[in-house]
Amino acid sequence: MKLKGSQILLKMLELEKVDIIFGYPGGTVLDIYDQLYKNKLKHILVRHEQGAVHAADGYARATGKVGVCLVTSGPGATNTVTGIATANMDSIPLVVFTGQVPTSLIGNDAFQECDITGITRPCTKHNFLVRNIEELASTIKEAFHIARTGRPGPVLVDLPKNVMAAEIDFDPAAIQIRNHEPIHKPAPKKMAQVYEMLSHAKKPLIMTGGGVILGKASSELTELARKYQIPVTGTLMGIGSFPGTDPLWLGMLGMHGTYYANMAVSHCDLLIAVGVRFDDRVTGTIETFAANAQIVQIDIDPSSINKNVVVDLPIIGATKPTLRDMLKFLAEHNYTQQAAERKEWLEQIAGWKEQFPLAYCQNGQIIKPQHVIETLHKVTKGNVIITTEVGQNQMWTAQFFPFDLPNTFITSGGLGTMGYGLPAAIGVKCAFPDKHVIDIAGDGSIQMNIQELATAAQYKINVKIVLLNNGYLGMVRQWQELFYEKRYSHTDMTYAPDFVKLAEAFGIVGLRASKPEEVEPTLLQGLALDRPVLMDFRVSRDECVYPMVGPGSSISEMKLGTREMIN
Amino acid sequence: METKEHIISILVHNKPDVLARIAGALGGKGYNIESLSVNTTTSYEISKIVMTSIGNQTTITKIENQLRRIVDVIGVDDLTNVESINRELILVKLSLTADSRAKIEKAIDTYKWKVIVSANTYLILEITGDKPQIDFAIARLEPLGIADITRTGIVALELEN
Ligand SMILES: Cc1ncc(C[n+]2csc(CCOP(=O)(O)OP(=O)(O)O)c2C)c(N)n1
Ligand SMILES: [Mg+2]
Repeated sequence: MKLKGSQILLKMLELEKVDIIFGYPGGTVLDIYDQLYKNKLKHILVRHEQGAVHAADGYARATGKVGVCLVTSGPGATNTVTGIATANMDSIPLVVFTGQVPTSLIGNDAFQECDITGITRPCTKHNFLVRNIEELASTIKEAFHIARTGRPGPVLVDLPKNVMAAEIDFDPAAIQIRNHEPIHKPAPKKMAQVYEMLSHAKKPLIMTGGGVILGKASSELTELARKYQIPVTGTLMGIGSFPGTDPLWLGMLGMHGTYYANMAVSHCDLLIAVGVRFDDRVTGTIETFAANAQIVQIDIDPSSINKNVVVDLPIIGATKPTLRDMLKFLAEHNYTQQAAERKEWLEQIAGWKEQFPLAYCQNGQIIKPQHVIETLHKVTKGNVIITTEVGQNQMWTAQFFPFDLPNTFITSGGLGTMGYGLPAAIGVKCAFPDKHVIDIAGDGSIQMNIQELATAAQYKINVKIVLLNNGYLGMVRQWQELFYEKRYSHTDMTYAPDFVKLAEAFGIVGLRASKPEEVEPTLLQGLALDRPVLMDFRVSRDECVYPMVGPGSSISEMKLGTREMIN
Repeated sequence: METKEHIISILVHNKPDVLARIAGALGGKGYNIESLSVNTTTSYEISKIVMTSIGNQTTITKIENQLRRIVDVIGVDDLTNVESINRELILVKLSLTADSRAKIEKAIDTYKWKVIVSANTYLILEITGDKPQIDFAIARLEPLGIADITRTGIVALELEN
């Protein structure tokens, strides 16, 4: 059967079981959009290409499937770069299709030509320029395969206009690609070493990361921790991989980690790190990180091992089968922990928790942002999917909202992209229309992709925005307060739109709460409406995120805030 | 840990951007490529890249791991830690003047250099050897008046594998 390139693209999406794409048209993708006009594939027209990538990324993080977007060449393609880099840093599987000028014009500085494969080479897992129609089908198939296998990541496919218009016989059965799936190699010797290390450890600790969520290994990790009573801390990306309401959960570690998680890392004698890459926001000064511990690191990517922290036992492998092997080995060799010793360790941790729990002071007539988050958890019973923007809003969410399930806390960790939360929430809501999907936002970040409110309104994608409006680029202001003697250089955001009116202008609902007693009713009202809703919470302007490990400090040295804040 | 030059042999799919990917992946992470040689193998589909980089074992392992992340990379070997043989090649143009002719002819005779072009006013020599041999040759050539020179990157082969 002879098909055009644009038809083959849609056929391939169908074969890959893609049920939704996020896109924005333009000259070089007109042929593809013409095919979409006749096709039943769901396409969400975003309002900026960055939004398309974040939406596909949110969709991918919530479902574990590959997110897909489609944009035009030149500016359409360059607008995707921040989104692609965001996904790349957090290893999120995406396929981004970009239009390109006809192959005969490539290199001529043609109108809207841009070397997007060159630009995105450092921020994609891989990318392709499809030079002729013969390569099209196999390239698309390989792109999806690469995006989802091994350590996942974004793959860009650049589609010249003439390749989309050309025709060729299409036979899906004949498509052949290279296999990139890593083969799991069991490592019984390493499992024996883990057994030895665990048998000698008096203070073991598990550190869980994004690799556990990406590797769908939460149940294995949870079993390991619960069965052997090993407390668990996690990176920002690991939140949700172990139940946040389990007594063994210590919360996040690192710069804004809990006091007890950071103390536990600093005092543990065995650290089992699973699917983490020891980001500097997590480790503080490397020399003092887990200085008393032997470290076991499980990761699918050898380049993540010994990159920042030198470990005692590296295990290269996917998190799920490796943890399975470990559980099996421990069970077969009748590993049992010394109940008395474990009790001592858990009690030491409980002591730290009692000494400095996560806390804030909701006094007076000003709403504390943490109170909004806690109330949101109370009224939803945690049965939601949360996205965040970047800054204090993100850290407070990580601290004060316990996540029990993987893929329910969706945030830009590695790149820290302001403007991520709203489009990501739109992508998530498309995957889970019956779930509450909430973007916990900051007033600065929300303005970076605010145009996507139109997308939510047009398609009735009923996301909720909980805006923690402090009138500041709060996180930057916090650094200025603590490390730059309160010189608030260009962080005041009081000149901002009236967010309620703005919401209304976009055709969605805007609500506002200014007093603590209005928080719960506003949330209940906003959540009950079957509409997209922006809830503008006017919160304390000068609240800081605590604990905080200052730059260049060891993670056991935390600023805990004033006594009043932590009482 | 000892810092020294490592010879890394990389087998890759011969795709249009593969060299840019390798250079970008290493350059972007702050690793330096000291020397480079690239060509297809017996199969046009597969190329071999031999590069050298200076560093201690930790750095070189990080370089290897970064290389292995590249989708078009098939295999990476550090030939420094195994028995291997390596060569570089130079082409050198020497100007012939009344004074230099005799000295040059004597040197060619002594060092058994190979003359591949012999013109009235100049000669072109082709010399192969490992790095110390090439450095030695260049040191001997310099006083004879090098008009132009080009030097390849290192190529290397593992003895047993
Ligand atoms: C695109 C982008 N630009 C700049 C930054 C640096 N930055 C990190 S947090 C922050 C402030 C965010 O302000 P807001 O969204 O109001 O959140 P808050 O910290 O006040 O909760 C800034 C500017 C960033 N992370 N991303
Ligand atoms: Mg703010």
